[in-house]
Amino acid sequence: MKNKIVKTLEYLERLDRRIIFIFIAAAVTFPLLFPMNIDFSVTPPVQSFYDTIQSLPEGSKILLSCDYDPGSLPELWPMHVSAVRQLCQKNVRIICTQLWPAGSPLAEAAFDEVAVGEFNKEYGTDFVNLGFKEGREVVMVSMGKSIPSTFPSDYHGNKVESLPVMEGVENYEDLDLIVNISGGLPGTKEWILQVVTRFHIPLVSGCTAVVAPEFYPYLQSGQLKGLLGGMKGAAEYEKLVGKIGLGRRGMDSQSVSHIVVFLFILIGNIAYFATRKGKKK
Amino acid sequence: MFSMEIIGTWLAAGLTLFIFSFLYKDNPFYKFAEHLYVGISAGYWISLQYHNVFRPNLWDPLMRGDLTLLIPFALGVLLFTRFSNKFFWLSRWAMALIIGIFAGIAIIGYGTGDLILQVHANILPLWTGEWFESFNNFLLIFGVLTALIYFFFSKEHKGAIGTGAKIGIWFLMISFGASFGYTVMSRMSLLIGRIYFLLEEWLGIIS
Repeated sequence: MKNKIVKTLEYLERLDRRIIFIFIAAAVTFPLLFPMNIDFSVTPPVQSFYDTIQSLPEGSKILLSCDYDPGSLPELWPMHVSAVRQLCQKNVRIICTQLWPAGSPLAEAAFDEVAVGEFNKEYGTDFVNLGFKEGREVVMVSMGKSIPSTFPSDYHGNKVESLPVMEGVENYEDLDLIVNISGGLPGTKEWILQVVTRFHIPLVSGCTAVVAPEFYPYLQSGQLKGLLGGMKGAAEYEKLVGKIGLGRRGMDSQSVSHIVVFLFILIGNIAYFATRKGKKK
Repeated sequence: MFSMEIIGTWLAAGLTLFIFSFLYKDNPFYKFAEHLYVGISAGYWISLQYHNVFRPNLWDPLMRGDLTLLIPFALGVLLFTRFSNKFFWLSRWAMALIIGIFAGIAIIGYGTGDLILQVHANILPLWTGEWFESFNNFLLIFGVLTALIYFFFSKEHKGAIGTGAKIGIWFLMISFGASFGYTVMSRMSLLIGRIYFLLEEWLGIIS
């Protein structure tokens, strides 16, 4: 009996990683096919993100910086779309920029789906996509002097100064909030260090889960007003905004796959420690 | 009839499966998808840099007669001297300018945004009148101090400093664990996104 247990543990220790892949694939796929609707609560950083936008008076002007690419789409697209939805609900003027080259088509798609598709907002009057600009931190600092000089024309080639949405907007002083959707560098950290500190404008961020732990100190220090971390943050935010998307739908898969990962780590450790004695001998 | 959207979806689904096939073992399908991705990314990047950076920032204003732009143009050309064994040193002038500007901007940001404000955020009262908040503040200050002791290498980690450093390691390990947990969540999200695409847009099984 003891021998059998040891042999099983030794087998588990040398388990082919492809078997683990099958378990993970199943853990992700089945909850998508058969939703379990596992409930979750809204955490303070997400509530704070929502409340900061909610507190904006009608007609406020905000900068939405979409600094990501399709590589982070499953995590950031749900929060991007939900943010545009909440901003449209609040009737604020949206000035959108991108510091990642592949962010421009994503910004366009989000506006088409939500601002135009759901709210009938007008391009140039209610929102504008200024497009991508190379230069990272230099662009951020340059916008502190003049946004129309940094982005003379928008994504569609229109002269920025001639657009009604840009009326009265020269630099950060004329904006009420920055909403950053960040896939890495340049992103939230650069906005905090170069813009929030220097120009004293509030910032909320939606970022990938990989970088989220790095931003909690900024949340605690008040440099960041709200934070959506990964798909979980996106799901909580969708719950607050009131429209279910990929964030909420993916949470069942997220929960089940985490249990599977947890079990494999547990089994691997038990097998390692149980067979270690024998190996030493 | 096949629309461009359907062809695009099938292409994306096929390439996704090609990439996933690597999980079984390396194979020509994976190699094909990988090379295609690298090639398209490089092509997209070059085209974007030309249309978004080179033309609007340099070439078009230069053609309109803004001759001051000849200076950055010349510095840009100097970068290509790296390919010459004889004149590669000239590229250092352009590099020096780029590094100087970015370093200057970064130092201001890190100095004010990271160093000063983060230190300020850690100056917290140990007793606030509320037990939980006070405990949180104590834990934060204690964690910061012990982690700093761990990175203090001017004195041997023995006695009180050694104990502080050991506790600091525990705090660091907990933060690494949290980061690892978040990384797992992030990678799972990417897998969820792809499988969701296959099930919804390609196969149409879920809506």
